Amino acid sequence: MPEPSPTPATTAFSSARGAVISASNLTKKYKDFAAVDGISFEIAPGESFGFLGPNGAGKSTTMRMIGAVSTRTSGDLSVIGLDPNQYGPEIRSQLGVVPQEDNLDSELKVRDNLIVYGRYFGLPHSYLGPKADELLDFAQLTEKAKSRIDDLSGGMKRRLTIARALINNPRIMMLDEPTTGLDPQARHILWDRLFRLKEQGTTLVLTTHYMDEAEQLCDRLVVIDKGAIMAQGSPSALIRQYSTREVLELRFGSNRNAEVATQLEGLAERIEVLPDRILVYSDNGDAAMQRVIELDLNPLTSLVRRSSLEDVFLRLTGRSLIE
Amino acid sequence: MTAMIDAPPTPHVNRPFLLPSLYAGNARSVMERGILSTAKTNWLIVVSGFFEPVFYLLAMGIGLGSYIGAIQVPGGHTVPYAAYIAPALLAVAAMNGAVFDSTWNVFFKMNFGKIYDGMLATPLGPFDVALGEIMLALARGFVYACGFMIVMQILGLNLSWTAILALPSVLLIAFAFASFGMGITSYMKTFQQMDWINFIMLPMFLLSATFYPLSVYPEWMQYAIQAMPLWHGVELVRGFTTGLVTSAMLWHVLYFVVMILVGMTLTTRRLKSLFLD
Repeated sequence: MPEPSPTPATTAFSSARGAVISASNLTKKYKDFAAVDGISFEIAPGESFGFLGPNGAGKSTTMRMIGAVSTRTSGDLSVIGLDPNQYGPEIRSQLGVVPQEDNLDSELKVRDNLIVYGRYFGLPHSYLGPKADELLDFAQLTEKAKSRIDDLSGGMKRRLTIARALINNPRIMMLDEPTTGLDPQARHILWDRLFRLKEQGTTLVLTTHYMDEAEQLCDRLVVIDKGAIMAQGSPSALIRQYSTREVLELRFGSNRNAEVATQLEGLAERIEVLPDRILVYSDNGDAAMQRVIELDLNPLTSLVRRSSLEDVFLRLTGRSLIE
Repeated sequence: MTAMIDAPPTPHVNRPFLLPSLYAGNARSVMERGILSTAKTNWLIVVSGFFEPVFYLLAMGIGLGSYIGAIQVPGGHTVPYAAYIAPALLAVAAMNGAVFDSTWNVFFKMNFGKIYDGMLATPLGPFDVALGEIMLALARGFVYACGFMIVMQILGLNLSWTAILALPSVLLIAFAFASFGMGITSYMKTFQQMDWINFIMLPMFLLSATFYPLSVYPEWMQYAIQAMPLWHGVELVRGFTTGLVTSAMLWHVLYFVVMILVGMTLTTRRLKSLFLD
């Protein structure tokens, strides 16, 4: 293998302010449609950063631009100090990419998927052999090393995709909807693995439309809708800023919800009427419930819970996240 | 995670002089992947590809050839019929191998396997992918060609020492067809469209002075055939195996060099627009 030459990738690693990714007015247009419409953000090394938004919000497009597989229409973008439009191969050599749709190589066995992928990075076989075994262990797939890809479950494929993305010891992990389509148990295993990576100092950049995922994994996130950033901050700060501490969920049956809503006005800071339920935002959910009982409204079901990012999203966009 | 492997090598990219953002100088890894997957899944297809031209040679060259005898070629020489069609079949084998690998194989990887999406998330650029896939097609074409040359030698159909030069010629032909085939395949979205490739290949195979000299056609048709790549391949290989080498063969070489340049440009651009939008 040829000797590594000093590339700009090694000389210009640390950009201004130490951000590992920084975007300013980043825009991607397809003809007249702006999939990403002038967003700005910075991601620090070791940070776990999330893009939260519904399908079609522009999350994946942003991820593709960061991953140097999509060219921006305008604005500035710097990844590990380099411009992705010009230094695609250099940037990609430092990333671990977990795409939304699994694209494992079904013509190769499980372990060969890792080895061959590592070869794409120009890594030597002597390194890849032990590394593949280590990653199979990490992904709990050691027994499946010689299996065909088609024989793996959805959760196993996801774990293998994550293992594959780690073959080059990436500085940044890019995860696009990492747990979509997985059952709860598989999701928790995956979260555990991602959390370990975070502990080791890997920068995680992920998109999700799951609140619990964002709350579990993200130090900081941006709420993104229709290609624009609606808000940014840590999950708890966003909840503090855009929602109340607690939420009272009431169900009166789909016919009565709208009618009862008028009577609930003034009861709490804010009320959202959804097709199937009414959300009453109050710092004290039990007190709000007490007043509902005093008004003799008789909900079919009631529930007091803590505010989540779902409520933040609803507040910011007037829409629910999963439609 | 358990014990870390000590001193992990950092992946690095040789920034090549040409096409820096499209090429990471690592087409070899794409080729390695192809060899590994072919070795495990498609080896039967690979073997069958060798026998096809051999059967043609036995049926047409030896069988039909015993009735035809010798054939007159431009320049006044006569060549036994089997020795006349054998180099053409060699050129056709090179074309078929290259086209199969660069069209059907590529079509599946592009549209079903999502393999290129995975590759292009790594340092590899579209030029690495195109070059790697084409080298794989060439490697296979070369193995076929060597096998066929051995058969020709045994049957006494190599009439001159220059026949050895047919091997690099076959590589050139295969490179041209593979680079072009991959570019064209990138436009294909359905199986019906893929059938168009066969629709072009079959008449080209039958009419490109493969089984009889071009002089049987009216003049306009001769020009049409001479515009097609296979005719250049047939003439080039035939010149070497029969020993009737002329300076005009340089034009055939030039034809393929241009075809390779156009094909590689087309393929790289298409891969870029498809996967690095």
